[in-house]
Amino acid sequence: MDSRTNNEDQIETEGMADNKSSRRQFLKKMSIAAAAGSASLVVGGCGGSLKTEEMGLKWEEYFKEHYRLMTQEEKDATVKRLERLAKLERGIDVQMSNQEPHEQVLYGYAFNISRCKGYMDCVEACVKENNLDRRAKTQYVRIFEMDPGKLDPTAGDGQFFHEVPVDNKFYMGVQCFHCENAPCIKACPTKATWREPDGIVVVDYDWCIGCRYCLAACPYWGRRFNWGDPEVPKEEINLNQHYLGNRMRMKGVMEKCTFCVQRTRKGKLPACADACPTGSRVFGNLLDPNSEIRFVLKNKKVFRFKEDLGTEPKFWYFMD
Amino acid sequence: MTTTPKKGFIAFIMDCTRWSFTGGIAYMIYLLVLLALIVSGIYAYSQQFQHGLIITGMSDIVSWGLYISNFTFFVGVAAAAVMLILPAYILKDKDLHQVVIIGEGVAVGALVMCLLFITVDMGGPLKVWHMIPGIGQFNWPSSILTWDMLVLNGYLALNSLVPLYILYCNYHGRKPVGWKYKPFVFLSIFWAVSIHMTTAFLYQGLPARPFWNNPLLGPRFLASAFAAGPAVIMMVLIVIKENTDYAIDSNIFQKLKRIIVASAIINLVMLFSEVFKEFYTFTHHSLSAQYLFFGLEGHDSLVPWIWTAISLNILGTLLFAFDPTKGKPRYLMVAAISLFTGIWIEKGFGLIIPGFVPSPLGEVVDYTPSILEIQVTVGILAAGAFVVTMLIKPALAIEMRLREKASM
Repeated sequence: MDSRTNNEDQIETEGMADNKSSRRQFLKKMSIAAAAGSASLVVGGCGGSLKTEEMGLKWEEYFKEHYRLMTQEEKDATVKRLERLAKLERGIDVQMSNQEPHEQVLYGYAFNISRCKGYMDCVEACVKENNLDRRAKTQYVRIFEMDPGKLDPTAGDGQFFHEVPVDNKFYMGVQCFHCENAPCIKACPTKATWREPDGIVVVDYDWCIGCRYCLAACPYWGRRFNWGDPEVPKEEINLNQHYLGNRMRMKGVMEKCTFCVQRTRKGKLPACADACPTGSRVFGNLLDPNSEIRFVLKNKKVFRFKEDLGTEPKFWYFMD
Repeated sequence: MTTTPKKGFIAFIMDCTRWSFTGGIAYMIYLLVLLALIVSGIYAYSQQFQHGLIITGMSDIVSWGLYISNFTFFVGVAAAAVMLILPAYILKDKDLHQVVIIGEGVAVGALVMCLLFITVDMGGPLKVWHMIPGIGQFNWPSSILTWDMLVLNGYLALNSLVPLYILYCNYHGRKPVGWKYKPFVFLSIFWAVSIHMTTAFLYQGLPARPFWNNPLLGPRFLASAFAAGPAVIMMVLIVIKENTDYAIDSNIFQKLKRIIVASAIINLVMLFSEVFKEFYTFTHHSLSAQYLFFGLEGHDSLVPWIWTAISLNILGTLLFAFDPTKGKPRYLMVAAISLFTGIWIEKGFGLIIPGFVPSPLGEVVDYTPSILEIQVTVGILAAGAFVVTMLIKPALAIEMRLREKASM
């Protein structure tokens, strides 16, 4: 079933490549014109050369292509530009990756509802790892405190603020479930969000026009919008970034959990799974028969949230 | 105005502009008020452009608000022009043929508002080229939003070009050639239905939002549009009749009234059907309806609005259905305003906001638009009224000259 989706993805990408050359020529012309324009804009003025460089980089960024249509050289070039812009604008030395997915990898996640005690270390780790907006208090991961008798996070309390653990309560974590049949991808008018071959649903922040149709389409409230410019204190910015992951977002674009693509493609666990003190979070490769996630799916009684919608999430709940 | 007209397109544009800006002192004040509202809207939007949509009342839970509510409603107003076009061009109704141009003007104004509302709602308006087929990535046919963009722009083209051609011919004293515009008239009739169905499908196609995921949404959009749209056109006609020399036959009001009553009754029947489904067997999916009509978990900001809307809706329908004055303009104006306002609230606010509450994770919050957001919205409404005025004023001048010529 997964190979089918991968094939579809490929076909789609090939379809996109059809009118690639004309688009590329057009964009190239635009960016040359743009560079010339920006150079003439900032003639003279003290400290002008850095400003000129910044303007030029921004122009080139503005006219760049959709990430999936870029050649490897173009991907490397945009990453270089973004690193340089981070230096010029914020004075930080970002290491930005554009690492591609590994072959034979499909990520899956399982959440043990009998173990989680609601400590929220996962939330905190996620906020730090992914450079989430401190001003708007954005969270990719939410924990709902539940009374026994119901297995539906909508019946729980997502705003609890008290000492845990609490007797006779249990906890359910929610985040983007990285659906195989994701309604958000279908909704996007510009193909700015898609499912990578390793199953991660990502957003090209530079391509998103901010219409928020994906947010309306998501049945799990898995997406967040940047209503204003996100704020992260300079010293708290995580410098290990990925183009499709935790690089700094800007106002007016969507963002979401990426299973910490900057970590997981390097073989590490997502920050939430890494931080969990109770071992409630299991993450791994669904295509590896010896992985822990496969063990859970085989030996535990698992269920998924809103299974009736046919979204095929890659996120399961289970009990001990 | 009876001087022999100059020829050519430039003379046509020059004369139209001249007619648009000539009028009495009241007309000038009206134009100035519209311009002031537009400027205030532009100022508010510049704030939004600078700081982001954070200056609105929207949030990650209620992520569409006043802008998209108004967009949805005015798509209906635009579509409603078909209720004049169909009888005028296809059924050869002589009365309605006299005012069809006004209906088309209203449609163009409504479409301009729709496109503006979508633009101001976008987080990255400068990146809109990402959606243009050829240089961007147009997610067609998968995304309904791409369909909506196609049908809205297509309808705008149809509704601008057909009247432009007819007026251009009339300006030069020629008779419009049937085969040159009739096919587009036919096309625009199907297109009118499609713009409103497609807009309904934007919402109807989302299983994530049970309040919208309802097969009646599209048909109900049409019924309410065919009531509210002709009500707007009637309001414009009454204003023209009361304030200009342009004669409008009272038959026209009778015919419009019949269209409005039929559509408004169908709309109310469908509303009743929806309310029955939500509340006879109260399910988890009825929570949005409960929030809208009665409030949920102490949040009830929409409750007074929806009951006002339903009252106005019923009142307007009854006023149109049982008209003791037999078409007196003042009476019809009250009825039209009542029905229009009722549907505006119900189909804007009352449809969009409850779709988001409770959130897919069961959270309930209220949404209140910010002052700047309201300012932008009012600015766009003023821009729409301005466009309608700029289109109808010269159109009437040309039509009047044609009538004078015919009577000579």
